[in-house]
Amino acid sequence: METPLTANIQPGRRPPDIKAYRQAGGYRALREAVLKMRPEEVTQAVKDANLKGRGGAGFDAGLKWSFVPMGEKAAGPKYVAVNADEMEPGAFKDRLLMEGDPHQLIEGTALESYAIQADVAYIFLRREYHLAARLLQQAIAEAYDSGCLGQGILGSDYSLDIHLHISGGRYMSGEETGMLNAIEGRRANPRAKPPYPQVSGLWGNPTVVNNVETVCNLPHIVNNGAAWFRSLSLTAEGGTKIYGASGRVRRPGTWELPMGTPLRELVEEHAGGMQEGYRLRGIIPGGASTEFLTPAQLDVKMDFASVEAAGSRLGTGTIIVLDDRSCPVGMTLNLEQFFLRESCGWCTPCWGGLQYAVELLAGIEAGAGRMEDLDTLDSLAAMLAPGHTFCALAPGAAEPLGSALRYFREDFERHIREQRCPWSS
Amino acid sequence: MLSKEEMQEIEVEAARYETRQAAAIDAMRIVQDRRGWVSDEAVRDLAGFLDMSPAELDGVASFYNQIFRRQVGRHVIQVCDSVSCWLMGYEPLRERLIRMLGAGMGETTADGRFTLLPVVCLGACDRAPVMLVDEDLHTNIDPDQLDTILDKYR
Ligand SMILES: Cc1cc2nc3c(=O)[nH]c(=O)nc-3n(C[C@H](O)[C@H](O)[C@H](O)COP(=O)(O)O)c2cc1C
Ligand code: SF4
Ligand code: FES
Repeated sequence: METPLTANIQPGRRPPDIKAYRQAGGYRALREAVLKMRPEEVTQAVKDANLKGRGGAGFDAGLKWSFVPMGEKAAGPKYVAVNADEMEPGAFKDRLLMEGDPHQLIEGTALESYAIQADVAYIFLRREYHLAARLLQQAIAEAYDSGCLGQGILGSDYSLDIHLHISGGRYMSGEETGMLNAIEGRRANPRAKPPYPQVSGLWGNPTVVNNVETVCNLPHIVNNGAAWFRSLSLTAEGGTKIYGASGRVRRPGTWELPMGTPLRELVEEHAGGMQEGYRLRGIIPGGASTEFLTPAQLDVKMDFASVEAAGSRLGTGTIIVLDDRSCPVGMTLNLEQFFLRESCGWCTPCWGGLQYAVELLAGIEAGAGRMEDLDTLDSLAAMLAPGHTFCALAPGAAEPLGSALRYFREDFERHIREQRCPWSS
Repeated sequence: MLSKEEMQEIEVEAARYETRQAAAIDAMRIVQDRRGWVSDEAVRDLAGFLDMSPAELDGVASFYNQIFRRQVGRHVIQVCDSVSCWLMGYEPLRERLIRMLGAGMGETTADGRFTLLPVVCLGACDRAPVMLVDEDLHTNIDPDQLDTILDKYR
């Protein structure tokens, strides 16, 4: 089984410097692209590879780039922004890629930039990732020193600057248009779409935003071709995926596996099943903003289309496992507290709705709930769902809330009947 | 007053963007790294340096949780309070910290040694529960080991 994304990653060891990275075949794809390929050919290869964005929404990467104005007359400068904000609770895959092989991300960023003919790329890194910041700074400096970045990359006439931008925090900074505002030195409130960033992004110029894992795939697609990339997967969506598991499993961690690996294989084989004395109650498949799946759904294939068909979303692909000794109401309360704290306050259904939901959930958890509260929570979940708010934070909050109310109804009702949390001693 | 080094570092960042304002968040980080926090005076100085009004810069600062607008202790402890850590024992960890330090969430110890803050998922959920002390990530924390962990932060 091929694991291109993690081939250079050895846990606990320093990542390869530029010399080691080049010895392992690094920067070959970039050289090939800037010297021998037209930008449109890179985009076409990525389209053919069927690379779905790994930031959570699964939007086709090549298609996204194809909206950028190209050619002599296209106004510049153009920008790439790599989303390395990774603040979704339960997500921990981009950290692995940045700490394990920073040059892979730099090379991918340069390839994406070449494809859209960007002048500048920013890597937008969350502040708390101090080790990743040091490693990326160093990798960028090495890349400049050896001609892989800067003026006339690798002997071509293409020039690119990559800068590391260290965030000031807040989950909203990871939302694509919030990030643009953050880079411009403003509050990370989202922007109205259209215009889409590909046409009018940073300072009104064409800008493409992609997730770290999406970008890390690019050198491998250019090196080995679209057909190879598609063949890595078990389903129609190309490539491998960095999956992970947290919670009361025997071996929490991350694994690079074929896209479409069944959830059961993740839980039972790679994570080693549940810890002694714990039973599986539910799974959040891809970070806090995805719906619960039940143990009856373990056979779902973990790609974007299949998890959506099962009623949830693949999201980040790092699963959160709920066990029978943890309270589903308490877990839902924790999730909604996160969304409330991170809501930017712009739309009433989001800010007000979340405040009310958290109040009701806290009441139920503390033993002061009423049965009517469950109906109110149902309608709050409906109000937070897509279509009522300016950005996707509120719909993200609705997913765990709505699904918890559905799958763990009895547990909610028991809290209310007994006027206490059955899990608290 | 901004120091010469601070101004130089901010200029390096400002050159990376189309506008000076874009360096606002970097500028506040640079000041915070040196002084521990960003005071009202620093906001006024930075605003002038970046061609912004102090109110505008303050509005930006107040949005971001990693920009400290109040004085913090010599070391900042940020405890992850998100879902995987919650499942793996965030609450007992928090209670023990609060008891040990005699300071609640958002507070600084009487001796000015530690400030205790909650933080969103630190992206190390497979090693929960976790916390960040200054720039060091501590994982799989057993509350009984807290004394040993914190001992090196004087
Ligand atoms: C509130 C919110 C927070 C987000 N945070 C992140 C993040 O930390 N990292 C990320 O890659 N995408 C995040 N996204 C998704 C981005 O908006 C965007 O879709 C993504 O970066 C695009 O990359 P991709 O096409 O490569 O998946 C977030 C979205 C929302 C609504
Ligand atoms: S949905 Fe929430 S986070 Fe998004 S813009 Fe509205 S208030 Fe802000
Ligand atoms: S939930 Fe604590 S590190 Fe992710």
